[in-house]
Amino acid sequence: MRRLPIGPATILWTIVAIAFAVQFALEGAYIALGVEILVGLVVLVLSTRPQGRTFLGRLKLPVLAIISAFIVGGVVLIFSDLEFYAAFPGDPLGTLAASLGRVGSAYGALIVGALGDPGKIVAALGSGNANKIGIAFRPISETLLATTPLILAGLAVAVAFRSGIFNIGAEGQLKIGAVFAVWVGIWVPLPGPLHILAALAAGVIGGAAWGFIPGILKAKTGAHEVITTIMLNAIAQQIMLTLLLSPILQPEGGTTPISRTVMDSAQLPVLLDLPKIRVHFGLIIALLAAVWTSWLMFRTTKGFEFRAAGLNPRAAGYAGMRAGRTIVLAMIVSGGLAGLAGASEVLGTTHYLSPTISPGYGWDAIALALLGGTRPSGVVIAALLFGALRAGGPSMALATGVPIDLLAFISALVIMFVAAPRLVREIYRVRLSATAPSTPQVVETPL
Amino acid sequence: MRSFNRLLALGASVAIIFAACGGGASAAPTIGPTEAASIEATPAPTEAPAAFKACLVTDTGGLGDKGFNDNALKGLQDALAAGYATEVKNLESKKDADYTSNIDLFVADGCQQITTVGFNMGEVTATKAGENGDIAFSIVDFAYDPAIPNVTGIVFATEQAGMLAGYLAAGVSATGKIGTYGGLPIPPVTVFMDGLAAGIAYYNQEKGTSVELLGWNAAAQSGVMAPADNPWGNSDFGNQQAQAFFQEGADIVVPVAGGTGIGSFNAAKQAQSEGKKVYAIGVDTDQYLTAPGFESVILTSIQKIIDKAVADAINLASQGNIGGTNYVGTLANGGVGISPFHDLSSLVSADLSAGVDALKAKIVDGSVKVADYLK
Repeated sequence: MRRLPIGPATILWTIVAIAFAVQFALEGAYIALGVEILVGLVVLVLSTRPQGRTFLGRLKLPVLAIISAFIVGGVVLIFSDLEFYAAFPGDPLGTLAASLGRVGSAYGALIVGALGDPGKIVAALGSGNANKIGIAFRPISETLLATTPLILAGLAVAVAFRSGIFNIGAEGQLKIGAVFAVWVGIWVPLPGPLHILAALAAGVIGGAAWGFIPGILKAKTGAHEVITTIMLNAIAQQIMLTLLLSPILQPEGGTTPISRTVMDSAQLPVLLDLPKIRVHFGLIIALLAAVWTSWLMFRTTKGFEFRAAGLNPRAAGYAGMRAGRTIVLAMIVSGGLAGLAGASEVLGTTHYLSPTISPGYGWDAIALALLGGTRPSGVVIAALLFGALRAGGPSMALATGVPIDLLAFISALVIMFVAAPRLVREIYRVRLSATAPSTPQVVETPL
Repeated sequence: MRSFNRLLALGASVAIIFAACGGGASAAPTIGPTEAASIEATPAPTEAPAAFKACLVTDTGGLGDKGFNDNALKGLQDALAAGYATEVKNLESKKDADYTSNIDLFVADGCQQITTVGFNMGEVTATKAGENGDIAFSIVDFAYDPAIPNVTGIVFATEQAGMLAGYLAAGVSATGKIGTYGGLPIPPVTVFMDGLAAGIAYYNQEKGTSVELLGWNAAAQSGVMAPADNPWGNSDFGNQQAQAFFQEGADIVVPVAGGTGIGSFNAAKQAQSEGKKVYAIGVDTDQYLTAPGFESVILTSIQKIIDKAVADAINLASQGNIGGTNYVGTLANGGVGISPFHDLSSLVSADLSAGVDALKAKIVDGSVKVADYLK
């Protein structure tokens, strides 16, 4: 029997998408409608392309995984609502319709909360009132703010992945980087831009040093990096807490684990000086880091050695590459990027350090590296998605009462679908191009 | 696989068609997504002239801790039930950077009173109160010196209630040893442990006994703390630490570490099933009520009456009193206390109960001071 060009599941979500589109249009949520149509077009284009080495081909699996995750998330949202069970026997269709409406409202509020309301943006720009403009652009600013540390931490894990190292220690490297950066920000009096550069450099050095330890342990003694990095995460947390409770970071007379505020000269400036706009130059730094990482991995000899070690360390060794050196270097780069994420958070976002500086960026980073196919460009796109989820969540909770935890659930589902490419291929009947890799290239080293 | 997909598609299309038809007419309680970013304050409905919107930002510890944050949320809900507020909303913080954005969202949403929970939010609350002078703020477990005109700082003299619990524990303990541990070595935690130490010292002085407190040295201000990477939710540690205390001969354990304490309750329950007479003392709320399943274990709880303080601050704000003072919960004003003994009241003799009441009266009238018993 001849295969249909589009699988039934693709038809299914198309119908769901149309239902949501109708609802968003009725509610006047035009940005939600716009995003919906955009996603629809992307998927339509993707469904005609085989998975493979082209740009669109690579995009295919992650996009389908994301859509699947949102659909499953919606189903869970419906079935976790106790009122649904109470009302269903009496009026099955009406209840189902109301529940779908609730899911649509929640996702609509999520999108508006992450990207803003175009009507308000136009009105604010027209009024020329700085306060109104700031409020209108606040959602995008919050999304980009949440994206910044995710890009840097995701890059850190991606570089290590590509080099055949499973760096679970980004969380600890980020914290040590934050400690170093905040210390320089508090205590080293330097003029303006120089102070920022010094504090950022301190963050990189702190993270790199914390990455160097598991690197050298693996190179010299063969200690597995999964174990050493996990242990170093716990040690980093303790070091951070001890310093936060000591005069080294604590303000005079302080009793709580919250550091002094960094000097004004060390604070990363915001990108637009408007009320409520918090996104800062850390975003530019993160994007530059992505470009640099891409150049390092794919345009330099060192990067080639990293990737060769990742693909087959024995062959790399046979070709005359020094495996130990490569491991240590890759971990230094990885740790430095994670440290930069911590520095950007304390210098740009909070301006102080506390034990809750990271809500698990280092763990999200592993998911981001996987979702982004361990490519810097992929990591940036994946970080934008996760950043939007984090930033839009509170708006969704406020407008519709749907708990933020739904988004953690959806993020986890995205990862599961990406990690199980065959499942997604089966559901959506994706054809595989002859040369396509079946999974993102994550290779375990036998070291 | 294929036929399953078809079935799924068919079912969904039917559902969607009905959704499209019925969506508009059904009484779905959906709120338009655009409201999320609304900047105008919600206009007061004409029939209810005293519309008042109170909102609460919880700390990163989050809801479901059966203590601190949950209790503050209960205060918010009580305020709604009591009619202090006509509408309430709450948001959870997942990281430090969320404090600012959550408060901004509430301001944009038209909240007239905003409660923040925990010392972590001290600085952010001060900044936001400065930016929004017409909104009343209150913050749990933090006070400002000098006070901010539109902020009510809510703090507790927890050591007073802790002292009563220490005295009670000393009287109940058959082995003469009581174990305690904390979440983090920070004042909101260690005041509980100081109180216990003081109560035990007072009991020893009064009765000539030598009851010991394990896990906290009040003079040195150091003791056993949960691992710092997960101080408030590590029930494994809570379980092991309680067992260690029981092994050292303690028969009452007082965990001051949020959800970690649930592990200690479990350890005590397990030990009881093996015939040991061991008990635990709860913290923050009456955990006999909030941690069901441990009725046979929980002797009493050292309570900070956060819910009442939160609701009272909302009430004051709704009457136009938007802050500028700090509230200190004490034994005297009922802001702290120990909860009833419930199922374990048979362990507390009339004599001991009278002793607890006498001590309470002395703390209230100021003739006994906790600090004097921490040497």
